[in-house]
Amino acid sequence: MALQTLTDMAAALRAREFSSVELVTESLARIERSQPALNAFVTVTRDRALADAAEADRQIAAGKTGPLLGVPIAHKDIFCTEGVLTSCGSRMLSNFVSPYDATLVTKLKAAGAVMVGKANMDEFAMGSSNETSFYGPVRNPWDRERVPGGSSGGSAAAVAARLVLGATATDTGGSIRQPAALCGVTGLKPTYGRVSRYGMIAFASSLDQGGMITVSAEDAALMLGCMAGFDPLDSTSVERPVPDYLAGLERGGTARPLAGLRIGLLKEFFDKGLDPELEALIRDALGMYERLGATLREVSLPSLPLSVPTYYVVAPAECSSNLARFDGVRYGHRAANPRDLLDLYQRSRGEGFGSEVKRRIMTGTYVLSAGYYDAYYLKAQKVRQLIAQDFARAFEQVDVLMGPTTPTTAFALGAKTADPITMYLNDIYTIGANLAGLPALSIPCGFAQGLPVGLQAIGSHFDEARLLNLAHVYQRETDWHLRTPPEWPV
Amino acid sequence: MTLNRTDIEKIAKLARLELAESEIPRYVGSLSSILAFVGELERADTGNLLPMAHPLAGLAQRLRPDEVRETDHRAEYQSNAPQVEAGLYLVPRVIE
Repeated sequence: MALQTLTDMAAALRAREFSSVELVTESLARIERSQPALNAFVTVTRDRALADAAEADRQIAAGKTGPLLGVPIAHKDIFCTEGVLTSCGSRMLSNFVSPYDATLVTKLKAAGAVMVGKANMDEFAMGSSNETSFYGPVRNPWDRERVPGGSSGGSAAAVAARLVLGATATDTGGSIRQPAALCGVTGLKPTYGRVSRYGMIAFASSLDQGGMITVSAEDAALMLGCMAGFDPLDSTSVERPVPDYLAGLERGGTARPLAGLRIGLLKEFFDKGLDPELEALIRDALGMYERLGATLREVSLPSLPLSVPTYYVVAPAECSSNLARFDGVRYGHRAANPRDLLDLYQRSRGEGFGSEVKRRIMTGTYVLSAGYYDAYYLKAQKVRQLIAQDFARAFEQVDVLMGPTTPTTAFALGAKTADPITMYLNDIYTIGANLAGLPALSIPCGFAQGLPVGLQAIGSHFDEARLLNLAHVYQRETDWHLRTPPEWPV
Repeated sequence: MTLNRTDIEKIAKLARLELAESEIPRYVGSLSSILAFVGELERADTGNLLPMAHPLAGLAQRLRPDEVRETDHRAEYQSNAPQVEAGLYLVPRVIE
């Protein structure tokens, strides 16, 4: 496909250089060819996608417009889609056909986007490698023996392999940014409350946020403009106007477009554990930011190293409560021939959930149980406050915080499944933004041993426009985001 | 904090999860190591800090007027149910 971005695609559709049916047909063909190699999709909605594309073409012919009219996209299988299997990567929901659309799905439909399928993911978004999916692991398009990251691994792999040029995703502890980094694509987690959580299957409600994975920051701005906004159906959705993110992107030709931008380098992210090859690439990218006019200074957030343990109390606690709804009665998996109600609950849940989900439910049950609540859950909520205050203080001195997205590049399938703590530490750089509710993005900034590396930028609350612009300016100077993996099967 | 087999069985029961015999030793090990890992929080000086339950400080949860807003979708919703009869969800007998 000569069209490199969603922005190109939307323009080509408006100019009638391509029809939506042509673009959707091409996307479906690529998905089909990739599926045995990558397993990026749980469901492909072929017939409906072609019908929607034909309708989009009629609308375009009738002179109608929409920011994404006729553009193929994928939805992470955590978002409810009316009349379509919504599995959340779990056996528990492997028979669940959603009776309604998530707000984000409704909004993207209204913008004209055509859904081609539902992207694979870690079960209930719990995982950092996409290996916990009931539908099998997704493979990294850059090296199929390696993981794509998770939990939005299907979304990231689909965009990296250009099966679609944009996919929705969610981020509770890094699930957009980490797979985006490992697959060499752009991923934005908006501020908590910026995008509605209605119809997005809950994992940890005080951390979950919907966002997107795209080729470029400009495309992320395009999608965010369609997705963001107040929703009365989500009680934590924020009533605040949505800025024009595309209008906020630098278009001029000045030599130092980021003059005045104060970048804080997160000292704790460069301390230890970071692969030296990744550090060199991150420092190169920061050098580019200096040339573009920004000033750099080191910033320390002393409580940041506590973010992973804090998260592994708060998130499992909320998960154990949220996943209590799966009881085998109203929808989802039900065990055969239950002896009594307790047996129905226990066996339906024991069979329906995979081992990582069970581990988190039990961790959460324990930290919330009588006698342990204060020592674990309440303490973690206080440390969360400490971390949020550290971020707030940092944003008094700088406009944005930068560092690596991940400590290493994509690791081999199976390399970290034996020890949960090793797996949890993949999110060491991403979790802080979730605990504090901050927007953050990851953009490609080079390759180490042929594998993509991500640069992370964390902004203050509702500062997505600034994040998108600084990513866009970097992407005008570099082409890391436009590099594509070798075709498959080769 | 080290958990034993009895602890895991108790937690699984509280969480309404049936575990296979082979799963129990794995969870004894991994939950013990997770609790040791998060035990690091104990050392953090949190002084008089208030626990943080919501990431956007100062934003109160909204209330909406108590008005009927939904229409009846029973048949649609029950099409996902494992067992229904005459519009009712069926479960094993609870009261003898």
